[in-house]
Amino acid sequence: MLKFTADHEWIRIEGDVATVGITVHARDQLGDVVYVGLPEVGATVAQGDAISVVESVKAASDVYAPLSGEIVEVNEALNGAPEQVSADPQGEGWFFRIRLSEPAQLEALLDEAAYLASVG
Amino acid sequence: MSAPLLTTPLTEFHRAQGARMAGFAGYDMPIQYPAGVLKEHLATREGAGIFDVSHMGQIAIRPRSGGVETVLAALERVTPADALSLKPGRQRYGLFTNRDAGIEDDFMFANMGDHVLLVANAARKANDEAILKAGLADLCLVEAIPDRALIALQGPRAAGILAGFSPEAADMKFMDYRVLPLMGAEVWVSRSGYTGEDGYEISLPAALAEPFAEALLDKGAHLAGLGARDSLRLEAGLCLYGADLDATTTPVEAALEWALGKARRPGGAREGGYPGAGRVAEQMAKGPSRRRVGLKPEGRAPIRAGVKIFTEEGEAGIVTSGGFGPSLGGPMAMAYLRPEALERPLFADLRGQRQPVALAELPFVRQGYAR
Repeated sequence: MLKFTADHEWIRIEGDVATVGITVHARDQLGDVVYVGLPEVGATVAQGDAISVVESVKAASDVYAPLSGEIVEVNEALNGAPEQVSADPQGEGWFFRIRLSEPAQLEALLDEAAYLASVG
Repeated sequence: MSAPLLTTPLTEFHRAQGARMAGFAGYDMPIQYPAGVLKEHLATREGAGIFDVSHMGQIAIRPRSGGVETVLAALERVTPADALSLKPGRQRYGLFTNRDAGIEDDFMFANMGDHVLLVANAARKANDEAILKAGLADLCLVEAIPDRALIALQGPRAAGILAGFSPEAADMKFMDYRVLPLMGAEVWVSRSGYTGEDGYEISLPAALAEPFAEALLDKGAHLAGLGARDSLRLEAGLCLYGADLDATTTPVEAALEWALGKARRPGGAREGGYPGAGRVAEQMAKGPSRRRVGLKPEGRAPIRAGVKIFTEEGEAGIVTSGGFGPSLGGPMAMAYLRPEALERPLFADLRGQRQPVALAELPFVRQGYAR
């Protein structure tokens, strides 16, 4: 199941784990990614917390926890190769995985059609 | 707030080229083109970048009577630069100071033989015109030139490309200034720029701007927006007015003593005589309370303007420009630090975490000027 937030994150749900990254639209707005700051594995995060940062040559942008839970994995490859986000934002450029503590939050996320409509 | 943005002779051209536009100093300017900041930056370092800098102020200063020496001498009332020794066909960097020695603007000025041409920051040009009129009106006529475009062609291929339009351009040295024929018009060319690369700034009639930009594209130059201009100038260790310099920053604090003419410094033949000269002399003797330095953060995370720098003893200063250097391959910043902090381990407070930073020589990358 693929979901989106209005903050331009995508969320792929598999069981009780959500994989999170930034959308193609966000990538296009940001420009070339030169740094990704990832959360700590094991951290407990609440929906809406700024837990990660993505930086282009020009600017820094926060990435928010789209759902509450525990960070169970981060994409360590981005530390050495942040350009993966630019190349493949909705695949190899994923940021982190959250084990959900409040699955009911899923219901408020956007589906792909609604997200794409929101970014025109 | 909502005044309509001003345009340059190239605004429609930028849109047609797919630029992302934004307001800058009151002008609708290209921040980046579809290639993106990173590629535009690297294309300038490796080939040639085309920058529309028509928003900048072009100001002619003419003597009411006599020759250009009258203008150069009068300029020394408002700038600590050595203006009087500037030869015809040469350009120099200068600063306007206020009575507290704060920098009102930084600019380039050229001896055009019978007058002086000054190129100023867009956001400061009205202020600069006022300074010039207040300080020089008895001897000089100060006249803004709003109807000419200004295009910077920067990078190692700039000389070869411009020579295809105007062969004499290749004979110019860094900071030379010449009036040259180009595509049937008279253009004013300086061999300079603000990227740390060899290159030119070309003042041309507005109607020629678009055909010239198209012709440069045909010759293999790449469009580059203000985003790339910012990362290029920061790698080159050059100050951006409004970020690294403002009306509270002195030339000594900004480490711009090189812009104070030797003859204008304490003990020189024409020492002082400009606003704030006393404070500049005092800071040169005793040292300033803060100093502009280059910083390299450890790791890859950029530190940007507004980030505070600390030593174990406490706050040491603040970052005024920072980002990622595409040619440097890592983060870089300029900051103002207290002098006693320069001997100690430094760290940035980055989103609540300590990030070690090291003092770095400026420029961050080698400059490619045609000296």
